[in-house]
This record gives sequence, structure tokens and C-alpha cells, in this order.
Amino acid sequence: MRTVSDPDRPAAADGGTDAEESVDVEDPADGDGPTAGATGAAEEAGGGTDPAAGTADSATEEAARETPPSLSLQVDGLEKYFGGLAAVDGASFVVEEGSLTGLIGPNGAGKSTTFNCITGVHEPDGGTVVFEGQDITGFRPHEVANRGLVRTFQIARELEEMTLLENLMLAPRGQVGEKLTSAVMPGLRGRVREQEADMVDRVWETLELFEIDHLAEEHAGNLSGGQRKLLELARALMLEPSMMLLDEPFAGVNPSLEEKLLDRIHQLKDEQGLTFLIVEHDMDLIMKHCEHVIVMHQGTVLAEGPPAEIRENERVIDAYLGDEV
Amino acid sequence: MSGADDDGTSDAGSDVPARGILDRFRDGDAGLIAVTMLLIYVLFAILTALGPSEGPIVGSILSNLQAITLWTALYAMLVLALNLHWGYTGLFNIGVAGFMAIGIYAYAFMTVPKDPSRPGAPPGLGVPQGFADAATGLLPFLDPGLASFLGLVAGIAVAIVVAMLAAGLVGAITALPALRLRADYLAIVTVALSEIIRLSLLSREMETFTLGTNLNFELGGIEFLPDVPVGTGAGRGIDIPINPTIPVKRVFYTNPGNPAAGDTTAVGDLVFGVLTAPPFGLRETTVSNLAYTLVLVGFVAAFYWLLVRIGNSPFGRVLKAIREDEIVANSLGKDTRVFKVKVFVVGCALMGLGGILWETRTGFTDPTSTTMMPLQTFYIFIALIIGGAGSNTGSVIGGALFAAVLFQGPLYFSRIVNKWIAIDTPPQTSHGALAEFASLDPTPLLAYVVSNVSWLRFIIVGVVLIYVIQNRPTGLLGHRKEEAASVSLSRRDRPSGGAVAADGGEDRE
Repeated sequence: MRTVSDPDRPAAADGGTDAEESVDVEDPADGDGPTAGATGAAEEAGGGTDPAAGTADSATEEAARETPPSLSLQVDGLEKYFGGLAAVDGASFVVEEGSLTGLIGPNGAGKSTTFNCITGVHEPDGGTVVFEGQDITGFRPHEVANRGLVRTFQIARELEEMTLLENLMLAPRGQVGEKLTSAVMPGLRGRVREQEADMVDRVWETLELFEIDHLAEEHAGNLSGGQRKLLELARALMLEPSMMLLDEPFAGVNPSLEEKLLDRIHQLKDEQGLTFLIVEHDMDLIMKHCEHVIVMHQGTVLAEGPPAEIRENERVIDAYLGDEV
Repeated sequence: MSGADDDGTSDAGSDVPARGILDRFRDGDAGLIAVTMLLIYVLFAILTALGPSEGPIVGSILSNLQAITLWTALYAMLVLALNLHWGYTGLFNIGVAGFMAIGIYAYAFMTVPKDPSRPGAPPGLGVPQGFADAATGLLPFLDPGLASFLGLVAGIAVAIVVAMLAAGLVGAITALPALRLRADYLAIVTVALSEIIRLSLLSREMETFTLGTNLNFELGGIEFLPDVPVGTGAGRGIDIPINPTIPVKRVFYTNPGNPAAGDTTAVGDLVFGVLTAPPFGLRETTVSNLAYTLVLVGFVAAFYWLLVRIGNSPFGRVLKAIREDEIVANSLGKDTRVFKVKVFVVGCALMGLGGILWETRTGFTDPTSTTMMPLQTFYIFIALIIGGAGSNTGSVIGGALFAAVLFQGPLYFSRIVNKWIAIDTPPQTSHGALAEFASLDPTPLLAYVVSNVSWLRFIIVGVVLIYVIQNRPTGLLGHRKEEAASVSLSRRDRPSGGAVAADGGEDRE
């Protein structure tokens, strides 16, 4: 929903209505007249962020057409070799801001390596990664995360000997108490405590959102597999990212929990305008929930498009049935 | 750290803050430490009463409890420093002795007089003496003796700080390349480094050498970067006359460097008057050791405070996260390398300080001292494993249990046996001891155990270590939840409104 000039704004942790208003802010270029009407219409839309589904008037629609939805992530010609083996071999794709994009592909297609190259775990051997207009190719993992691009792991990596509260308190960005001097010096600790006291409230809210608040003071190592997945998502969320990369978030998760996780993801996308890129094996799930699907095969992008298109794509079907493409 | 300290606080005032401290003391960690120390004191008082003693029994008990407290405090400091590395951050530093050695020798370089009294002994920079001389000139309004003493204390403090910086710097140099590698490599690098340091200190090359040879130049009549002769003394060791016990001794003696040559001060007269007379009957040296022990207890408290402060903060939270899973911490936006280097440097500096307070108190050291042997590192590790890695309270308790019960306990036990059971000549070998045991006479075995107790306690330590690792791998307090945050995170402490209540906002130390 946001227009091109939007990335300058701080990562939105605010509601969907704000996303609507941001369009209005850009509107004056089109003329003063329709703006008032657009505001009203947008408010009626009630937080929907999909431009196509919006009931905004023609002026807004025109604005949306003229300035295409901005891109959260642009991956261009990404390459990564392990020895002589090309794990990722020139993959290129884009993820639109505020979208739920699925990344699928058979085992060994290079999905996880692509993730690792984007998030800085691996340094790519070629190609570029651009996040919110900034080239982040070869950035180290913490630098990527601090720009608001956070990931979760295929196998949930909870911090076992830390309580859920500590797990969540770890994530927020810009904690003054992470400087040794602020943590220790008597005069400076007041600010650390203030900031932490504020964070505690948000931590509890997040735990409640994921319905794991009753376990708050447990060690994370005592959680069940599904609860760990919830914890990991909750923890990543505490960082207030603008985009999340989820590596098989539903692997080994029972259907009811899967439903719960998907609800949260949709809620975050709709209410906070978060962008999601999800690696998943379950084709049906991806087709049902994602607006945009990227199919990888043998280190390259085989197809990209809306689910309906992908479903019909011969090459994708072949790849999944194991034929040579 | 001892019970006496906190009792003093609670007696001092009955107003609200004092009651708060008392409450915290009762159900908090200070209480746990106090109870442990109390039990150890009771045990050793009984052991002393049962064992052989010269002079009044109260005096013997007091002097033994002083020794127990001294060892406890020395171990507690180093275990706390190691807890910061290994317990909190998971940095497997098995070169503790090396960093202690750096602290000890850097302190020696700084404090040893420029012209040592013993012929052939290595010279040092003589910083405290220089400060003392300068202070007499700068503070003419003070009594020259007092001014010189203040200068000396300042000089010692400066030397300690410089030595800590040196240990920290060596830590940084070690850490920078090693921390980029997997955890095991840090262990290899640190243990190798500690041996390199120890062997270098033994080397004849460094017995005496000159700092800054051929670097000196003159500018405007002032000589810059002069040659400074210093030395480690190599295997012959080095005298450290100006050690941290000197300021403590100065309380009792006018000439702390050589008490016999000077007088006792007014305070000394008073204290000695009480403690050397019946029912105590302590020797004067025991009294000054007792004073130094109390200073060390103060240092333990400071270490503890610093570590709790570091641990209960966002910084400490990141350290814990690094210990649990560095990749997670990294992918949540924490530059883990920076945290690791910082914490490694701080821990090494504390190890340096611990080394100074430990080793220099006797006024002499050489590289063959146990303090700088790899063995020392493992003692400290064992103490931390018993107490529970990751818990500061556990570190102190582990230090106490190791130093008192495991290390001193067997010696007391053997003394008791010696007193009560007549033993002619102990068998020379364990075979001899066991052979007679088969004929149902336990005396030879007992005699063998008693005469070899200082070696056999390694077996006891080993057995305890195996037991702990098998049955309680996290140590006594290792699995406890010590929330890494500066405020309480629990929901019941949260006010329903937005503002932070006094309870929730209470600083956690």
C-alpha cells in the first residue's frame, strides 16, 4: 500500500489505518480535492491493506497504479557455491512490501542457502541483496537484523536456559543497557531500568498474543516443539522488524497450532503492515495463504507469480514430480 | 559476604531501608552465602576443637576461621571472574592462571623498587615509592609520614589498575583472533597462552632486561623514553615488598614493611591489646592477616556486585544468549563478537586483580608457584562446577566449599587423626597399607591416608567432581533462574497502569 517515498518512514509498528493514511500523505501531488474523500473511504476500508480489495476512490487507485507497490526485498543474480557445487545459481526475485510471499521448491533447491545469503549467515559469491532500498549484500547477520529484517530458523532455536521473558527481552533493538558502561555505572543505570520497564509491558503483550504467557517464567528448554515455534516468532517480533523471513515455520507443527500461527501472521501483516517471506514445503498451504509465490529449483528461480498462475505452471509441476527441467 | 557484615547493617538502624536490606538478606542470595559460611565455620570450629592446638582454643578457632575465610575469598574472586567468562558467556577460558600471572607480574614491574635491596634482584619501576616521595612534596600541610603513606596507597592503586589493564589487554589480544573461531579453539589458545606466559616468566632471558633500549632522546635538556631496567627474576623469583597488605599493616604498624623495626600505632595497640590477650591469644601476624582477609571479603563483595550488575542487564542478557546459541543472538541484531571481546577483557582484568591479591600478599613470587600453574585454572573450574556455572551466588558458595571443605578439610582431618590415634610409622606405599587392611587392622591404612593426605585430596576432589558432573551437572545453583534484567520481569510486579511502580522499578543488584 505504501508508495515509493515510504521507505524513508520509520518501520511501522502502528496500525493498518496508518498505512491507509500514508497514501493520503502522498496524495496532494494529485490535487487537493479528492484527498478528503480518500481519507473517508480509507477509514471505511477498516485497515485492509490490499490495494485491490480497497474501496478507496479513483484518485487513490490511480496513485497506486502510477507508483507501483514498493519493494521490501530485491534479490538479484544471487550466487553461492560450496566447493564446486552451486547451491544458489543466479536467483533473482522481489518481495513486495506488506505482502505474504511464499518460497517453495524441492529439497536442495537452495531455499535455505538463499535465506542464509540474505541474512548474512553466508556471504554470497555473486549478486546483490537490496532491502528497503539499501544494498545489504554481504552484511553480517546482526547488521541485517538491525535494519529490520529478521529471520527464524527451520529448527526452532530457543535459548534453553533462559526464561521466555528473557528470550523476548533479548530481541528489541537499541537497548541502551547493552553497552557495558550503561549497564554497570551507577549514574547511567536509571535509563536502562526505565527502558527495560517499558519493554516488559510489550513482552507480556507479545506473550499474550501468542498465548504462551502462562509459560513466561519457564525455561525455554521446557517448551514443547510447537511452543518453541511460537516463542521464536514472538521473539523475532519483539525486534519490531519490518520484514520477517520464516524458515519452515510450520514444520512439525500440528494443524491447530499451524492455524494459530497463520492467524498471527495474517494479523501482523494486516495490522502492522509486516512483510513476510516464508519457506515452506507444504504447497497447499502456500497456495492458500500467500499472495505471491516464488518457486526455486536447482539454485535458480523457476517461476514467480500469484498462486493461481504457479499452480498451472508446467515447469513447476515437472520440478515437483522430479522431471528434469 | 560473611554473616557478620550483614548483621552489622541490620543492627545499625531500624528504619525502613534497613528493614528492606534485612528482608532481602533473609530470603535473598546473601542469606544463602551467609548460611553456607556459617555451616563451614561451625564445621571448622568443631574440627579445630577436636584437633591439636597450641594456646587458647578460642584463639585457635579464630585463627583457623581466618585462614578458611582467606582461602574462600581468594577462590571466590577468581571463580566469579571465571563465571563471567564461562558461566555467563560460555567462553571456555582455561588459561585463568596465565591471566593471573600477567596481573601479578605487571604489578611487580610497577611496584618493585628501582634499586632492590637484595643484590642481583630484578629492579622495577618503583611507582608507589615515587608517588610517596611526590606526595610528601605536594602535601606539605600533612604529616610527612601520613602524606608519604597516602602517596604509597595511591601508587599501589595505580599499579593495580595498570596491572588489570595489562591483563585485560593480553585478554583482548588473545580474544580477537580466537573468538572468531569455534569455542574449542578459544580453549586451546588460552591454555597454550597461559603456559607460554609461565614459561616466558621462567626464562633466563627476562631475568633482567631493559625496557625501551636505544629509544631515549633528549629534547630541550629533558631526557625522554629513558632506558628502564626491569625483570622477572626468572626462576629465582621476585620480591614484591610493596604489596596490597602494606596499607592494611600500616593500620597496626608504623613501619609496615618490617613491623619488627617500627612501632605499633594507636590502633595497633588497641587491637593487639584485645586480641593477643586471653581468651583470644592470637599472634600479631594473625591479627594483620585477619584484617587483610576482611579487605579481601570486601573485594569479593565488589566482584559480586559488579557481576550481578553486569548479569542483570541487557548486556548480561546478550551474554547469556551467546552462551545458549550465538547464532540466535547474532540474528537478533547483536554484534556478538563485540560482546565477547568486551566480556573477555573484563574477566581477564578481574583475574589479574585476583592474582595480585592472591599471590603478592606473601611479598614474593616465582613462576613455580601453584598460583600460576595450569592446576590453578582447574581448581577454579572445579569450584565453579560445584557451585554452578552461571550463578554468582553459586560461584561464591562453590569457592567456599572447594577452598574450605575439599582443600583444607582433609588437612584438618589428618591432624585430628594424628592427635587421637597413635601411629608409629606409616606404610610407605598404598600396597603396604592395603595389605595389612586385609588382616582387619585399619590403622596402617589410616596412617597411610593421613601421611599422604595432601596428595590424596586430589582423589577426593576427583571423586567429588565426577559425582557432581554425573548427578548434578549444573552444580548447586547452576540451573536456577536468575533473570537477566535490571528490573523484575514477572507479571505480579507489573502495575496495571502504565507507570512503573516502586516495586517493578526497583533496581536488582
